[in-house]
Amino acid sequence: MARSFGTAEFLYLLKAIPWTLLLSLGALAGGGLIGLLIAILRTSPFRVLRWLATGYIELFQGTPVLMQLFVTYYGLAVLFNIQVDAWPAVLLAFTLYSGAFLGEIWRGSIQAIPRPQWEAAECLSLSFPKQLWYVILPQAARISIPPTVGFAVLLIKSTSIAAIIGFVELTRAGQLMTDATFRPMIVYPIVAALYFLLCWPLSLLAQTLERRIDATLGISKHF
Amino acid sequence: MNYVFQFNIVWDHLPELLEGALLTIRLSAMAMALGLCLALLCAYGQSAGPWPVRWLVASYVELIRNTPFLVQIFIFYFSLPMIGIRLTADAAALAAMTVNLGAYASEIVRAGIEAIPRGQIEAARALGLKRLQIFRFIIIFPALKTVYPALASQFILLMLSSSVVSTISAVELTAITNSLTSTTFRSFEFYFVATGLYLAMALGFRAVLSGIYWTTFQRGRGA
Repeated sequence: MARSFGTAEFLYLLKAIPWTLLLSLGALAGGGLIGLLIAILRTSPFRVLRWLATGYIELFQGTPVLMQLFVTYYGLAVLFNIQVDAWPAVLLAFTLYSGAFLGEIWRGSIQAIPRPQWEAAECLSLSFPKQLWYVILPQAARISIPPTVGFAVLLIKSTSIAAIIGFVELTRAGQLMTDATFRPMIVYPIVAALYFLLCWPLSLLAQTLERRIDATLGISKHF
Repeated sequence: MNYVFQFNIVWDHLPELLEGALLTIRLSAMAMALGLCLALLCAYGQSAGPWPVRWLVASYVELIRNTPFLVQIFIFYFSLPMIGIRLTADAAALAAMTVNLGAYASEIVRAGIEAIPRGQIEAARALGLKRLQIFRFIIIFPALKTVYPALASQFILLMLSSSVVSTISAVELTAITNSLTSTTFRSFEFYFVATGLYLAMALGFRAVLSGIYWTTFQRGRGA
């Protein structure tokens, strides 16, 4: 006799949400550092550095996350000769993955800053790192917020893939509850609804921010 | 590190891997064609339909875009049989991919439609064209041309995310790689090579898609 899907089962799903969020936030933080580096390298005046950063982005945007997860999971085991837990492997994989996407998003933001801003900074005899840090990045950061929030939505959804190598987050919890209750018609729509509740507010936020920044840029065009 | 890499065993199984890659390409190509049709239908409904249709399309798009693909696959494969809709793994995979792409692509196509100058539509109406004719002859071609790059990257993302359908044992590259690793125990080597194959397929798809762009959009009006 299978368990029925009741409050306890629903609570089990809810308790898995922090793991989904923790994984997303961890990947966002680590990926943010890599992404910043990649974005700067992509816009740097040195060709070799630009190529390296482009290669990194192509590699991670041109392969499935699932494969990146498998390679990291088995790669860590092979390279360090230890059987790793799922947690460090998924965190590493999603960090590297976020780094590529954030790098590409932020490159776009940096390049959206008008050329004269660089030239003006150079006229003030600021060095390249100072031009970047004091003049370009503060402006680029504002433009980059909406697409970064949009990426956070993509990331939260992508972390569901960690379920495939057995990391217990929301989707894996859903699988476990389905196995226990044999009620996929109830469990999976609930899991989908929970993801929707996590992602939809962020999607709306991204849209609102985008509209607001478009409006500000529209005004600044008239001056 | 005392692990001995054995890539020669991957070499022995290369025909199977290539066959898997072919299956991935076929599945993705079918989903791209069907998904684009669905997207055009949705975009037409949203730009010319009555408000219930517009509302329906909008909720479909939001629902799909804010839930993970993996959970959508589970709903198609595990939940639908409970209400009598029984699909084979391959059919469920194709359906999930189509529905997923349809939502993202309809949003992209809609952006293209919104970029069409109002004057063109008014001129068409002044010439006595009906709604469907306006959509067919005035709107769709330039709209698709405008958003083609975004559409192409969405297609490639779909091909990459198709690796996830291996979880419901739909047969494609990841599923075949999984079964090869479980018989040979060379997980790292196989996943490494499969990742390379995905990268090659992503580059290949990009080349083919930009070829399609040149043949359809750059030679004047085309068909």
